[in-house]
Amino acid sequence: MELYELTIKQLSDMLKKKQISAVEVTRSVLDRIDKLEPALGCYITIVAEKALQDAENVQKDIDNGTLRSPLAGIPMAVKDNICTEGIPTTCASKMLSNFKPPYNATVIRKLYDNGAILLGKLNMDEFAMGSSTETSYFKKTRNPWNVERVPGGSSGGSAAAVASGEAIYSLASDTGGSLRQPASFCGVVGLKPTYGSVSRYGLIACASSFDQIGPITKDVTDCALVLNAITGRDEKDSTSANIEHPDYTKFLINDVKGLKIGIASEFIGDLLDKEVQKAFIDAVDVLKKLGAECEEISLPSLKNALPVYCILAFAEASSNLGRYDGVKYGYRAKEYKDLEDMYRRTRSEGFGPEVKRRILLGTYALSAEQYDKYYKKALQVRRMICDEFNDAFKKYDIILYPTTPDTAFKFGTMTKEPMQMYKHDILTMPANIAGLPAITVPCGFDSNNLPVGLQMLSKPFGEGKLLQAAYTFEQNTEFRNSRPCLS
Amino acid sequence: MDYEVVIGLEVHAELSTNSKIFCSCINEFGGDPNTHCCPGCSGMPGVLPVMNKSVIEYAIKAGLAMNCTISKFTRMDRKNYFYPDLPGAYQISQHKYPICRNGYIEIDVNGKKKPIRIHHIHMEEDAGKLIHSDYGTGTLVDYNRAGTPLIEIVTEPDMRSAEEARAFLEKLKAILQFIDVSDCKMQEGSLRADVNLSVRPKGQEEFGVRTEMKNLNSFKAIVRAIEYEAKRQIEEIESGGVVYRETRRWDDNKGISYAMRDKEQAEDYRYFPEPDLPPIIIDSEWIERIRSSLPELPDARKERYVREFSLPEYDANILTSSKVLSDFFEKAVQHSNNAKAVSNWIMGDLLRILKEREMEAEEIPFPAEHLASLISLIDKGIISGSIAKKVFVKMFDTGKDPETIVKEEGLQVVADENAIRKIVLEVMENNPGSVADYKGGKTKALGFLVGQVMKATKGKADPKLVNKLLIEELSK
Ligand SMILES: [Zn+2]
Repeated sequence: MELYELTIKQLSDMLKKKQISAVEVTRSVLDRIDKLEPALGCYITIVAEKALQDAENVQKDIDNGTLRSPLAGIPMAVKDNICTEGIPTTCASKMLSNFKPPYNATVIRKLYDNGAILLGKLNMDEFAMGSSTETSYFKKTRNPWNVERVPGGSSGGSAAAVASGEAIYSLASDTGGSLRQPASFCGVVGLKPTYGSVSRYGLIACASSFDQIGPITKDVTDCALVLNAITGRDEKDSTSANIEHPDYTKFLINDVKGLKIGIASEFIGDLLDKEVQKAFIDAVDVLKKLGAECEEISLPSLKNALPVYCILAFAEASSNLGRYDGVKYGYRAKEYKDLEDMYRRTRSEGFGPEVKRRILLGTYALSAEQYDKYYKKALQVRRMICDEFNDAFKKYDIILYPTTPDTAFKFGTMTKEPMQMYKHDILTMPANIAGLPAITVPCGFDSNNLPVGLQMLSKPFGEGKLLQAAYTFEQNTEFRNSRPCLS
Repeated sequence: MDYEVVIGLEVHAELSTNSKIFCSCINEFGGDPNTHCCPGCSGMPGVLPVMNKSVIEYAIKAGLAMNCTISKFTRMDRKNYFYPDLPGAYQISQHKYPICRNGYIEIDVNGKKKPIRIHHIHMEEDAGKLIHSDYGTGTLVDYNRAGTPLIEIVTEPDMRSAEEARAFLEKLKAILQFIDVSDCKMQEGSLRADVNLSVRPKGQEEFGVRTEMKNLNSFKAIVRAIEYEAKRQIEEIESGGVVYRETRRWDDNKGISYAMRDKEQAEDYRYFPEPDLPPIIIDSEWIERIRSSLPELPDARKERYVREFSLPEYDANILTSSKVLSDFFEKAVQHSNNAKAVSNWIMGDLLRILKEREMEAEEIPFPAEHLASLISLIDKGIISGSIAKKVFVKMFDTGKDPETIVKEEGLQVVADENAIRKIVLEVMENNPGSVADYKGGKTKALGFLVGQVMKATKGKADPKLVNKLLIEELSK
C-alpha cells in the first residue's frame, strides 16, 4: 500500500513508531497530486513547498515529543472558502481570485497547532453555491469513481481529493448539504457538526445561520480524530457554543444494540432513485441485524425544507455578498463611469450566474414589501421544523435517510435547471435548517459503480451517538474498503 | 393663517467606550487614516462581529437616564445598503427590538417645563469616512470611524419650535456627558442630529407631511435649519403648493436646504436579524446594578443647587447645562464658602469670556480652585471687585493663580491710611470746585472725588477707607 492510501489513524501510528516521516507522507501525497491533478482538478492552489517545509518542522516537534496530536504530520487540504493567512482564498470566484487573507480561520489555527500539514486549497462551487462544483470560476473537478461525473458540490474538491488520495483528509463547509452530498458522491465519510460546534471565524460566509465547517475523511475513526481538533468555543465567533466537547474517539464503539432509529418515511419512495432506495433499505437491515430498533416516523414539515432553505439561505447570502463591491479588495471592473457604475460592473463581471441568481432571489425575499410573505414566514416554518425534530429526538437517538436521492450525475445536467439542483439537496437541507449534526457514510454502489451514502442525524451536540452508529455500520460492512480505480 | 411647527429629532451619539462595537480596535477620534482598524471593521470576508458588552451597558445607562424601559430581549439587525464608507455593505443596527423604549426628557424653555418623549434608543455601528483626495481625482476611504459604537435616540414629534429643539439637544447633551457615555462633540461629529419637521394649521390634529433634514453640524445650524424649513413649508402651502415627503440636505454656508436626489432617499434597507450575533438577554439584576451606579443627573443637580446654595433656578439651570461647567462650579464651591459668588462669576465673567473667545468650558485654562482663591481675595478685602475682574482676565490669559497675579502686578488694596490720606488731600487740592460743591451741600460730589482717588491709586485703594478719609478731610 502507498502512504497516500492510508488513514490518519494508520499514518499517525506509523509516525509514532518512527516507521515513516511526515516528509515521506507529504511527498507521497504530493506525488499523487502531481499524477492525478490534471485528470481530477481537485485543487485551486497547491502549496507544495510550504507543505514540505512544514512537514520537516513538524517532524522535529514529533521527534522531540512536543507534538503528540494524531493529526501531527498528516497532510490535508481545505475548501477554498476557509481563510488561510498569506495563501489565496478565492471562494472559487473571479471576485476573490486575487484575495490573500491576512489571517487564519480558527479551524486553520487549530489544525496548525495540531501539526497538520496544509497541502493547498480545494475547488468548490463559487461561494459554495451549487451542487456539482461546476460553478467554480477556475475549473471542473471530476468524480474519482467516474471522471464523466460530477464530484458533487459545493465541496467537490474536498471530497474528490480524499477519495483519490490527493489528501489524507480535508475540511469542507456545509450550508445545505455542501459537505455531505459530495462526500456521498465520492464514497467517503463526511460530518456536518451541530451549528455552533466548530467556529465559523475565517469561513467566508455563504449563509451565516446555516454554514458549518466539518471534516471529510476516509473512515469514521478519522472523522472523530479531526472533530476532536476543530470543535470548541471560540470568542471570535459569538454563535459558537459554550459547551465542553467530549473526546469523540470514545464513541468509536462497535455496538448499536438498543439504539433507537427513526426512518423518515417522507424521504422514501418516489423521491429516491430505485438503486439508492435499495442500498438504503439494505443498510437499515444491517443496523436492524446488529440490534438497532428501527421504525418509520413521519416528519411532515420536512416537505417545506426546500422553500425555507431557499428563502432564508439566499437572503443571508445576498447580504453577506454585498461586501464584494470592488472598493476594498478583490475584483474591480476596469472601466466605469461613476460609483454606481463601478458597483454594477464589478458585481456583474465578478460573480457567476448561480451567485447572481441567489443574490437576486435573496434580495427579493428581504425587500420591505415581500419580507412578511417570505422571510418572516420561512422563519416560522424553520421553527416548526426544529420543533418537529426536537419531538422526534425525544424518542429516537438517530434519524436515518439517504444522503442524496441519486448518485453522482453527469456534467451539465443540473446547471440549466436550478430548481432541479436545489431539489437535489432536499435530503441534506433539514440538518442545516435545524442546526443538527449529520454524518454520511458509504452504504453501497449503484449499477454504474457509483457510491451511495447513508445519512444519520442526531439531536444538537449528539455527534457522539452519530459516530457510534456510523462506526458500527462501517465496521460491519465492506464499503469503506472500496476505493476508486485510478491509474 | 397661523401655523404650528411639529418637530421630531433623531440624534446619533458616539459612545466613548475604549474599543469599537464589534472588534477590539481602539475607539478614538482622529488618527492617521486606516490605522484604527482591523480585518473586522474593514469588512474583510470571514471575520465575525463580537458584541462589546460595554456598548450594551452604555446604552442601558443612557436609557435609564432618559426614563426609558429597558428591553429584556433585544437583538441586532442588519441594514443593507451600498456605500464605500460601509465596508460590509450592511450596518449592524437595531430595527425590531431596540434596547430602550418609551422614555422622556424634561426641557425648560423660558421657565416653561415640558416633557419630550423618547420613542426608542437603539445601538448601531458608525461607518467610515470618505476623503476626497487632494492628489488626482480619486476618493479615498478611511475606516478609522467604522465600527465606532453609536446610540440613536429617536424622539416623538413633541417639539413645537426651534428653541424647544435646541433645549432638548442641550439637555440630551448634558445627560450624556453627566453619565459619561459620550463626549458629545458636535464639531467632531460625536453628536449628530437629523430633524423631522412638518407644519399644520393651529388647532389641527392631523400632522402635515414631514421632511427629514440631514447634515446639521451645530446647535446654531439646527436652529437656523428649523426656522428655514418651517418657513419654506408654510410658504409652499400658502402659495398652493405641496410639501413632499423627502430628505433634505442643509447647507449651512448658504443657509438653505435642498432636496436630495431620489436615489439618496427612500432606500429599502432589507432589514433582517443579524445571524452572526445571538440575541441579547438583559436581566433585571443587570439593569438594577447599572441604575444604582448612575451618577447624579442634571435635573437632580439643579434642584440641589437651588436647595443647598439658594441659587436662582435660572442660574442653576445654566450651571447644570454642561457637565464641565457644573463640575467646575462644584469644585470651586468646595474651596470657597461663597457659592453665590462662585455662581455669579461663572454666570457673568466666565461665560462672557468663553463666548467672546469662542471657547468651550473644557478649555478653561485654570482649575476651579483658582476661582475660589479669587473670591477669597475679594472677601478678605485684599483686592477690590474691579481689580478682581482684571485679575480674572489675566487668569484666562496666563493660567496663573490669582495670588501670583496680584503679587506680581502689585494689585493688592492699599489700606495704608497715611498714604491714602496723602492722595485724598492731593485730589482735594486739584479739584477745588468739587470740594466747594460738596461743602455747599451737593453731596453727589463725593462720588466724583472717590472716583478720582481710586483713579489715582489705579483702583487699588480700599474704597471704604477712601470714603471715610474723604468725609473726614472734607468736614475739616
Ligand atoms: Zn477593528
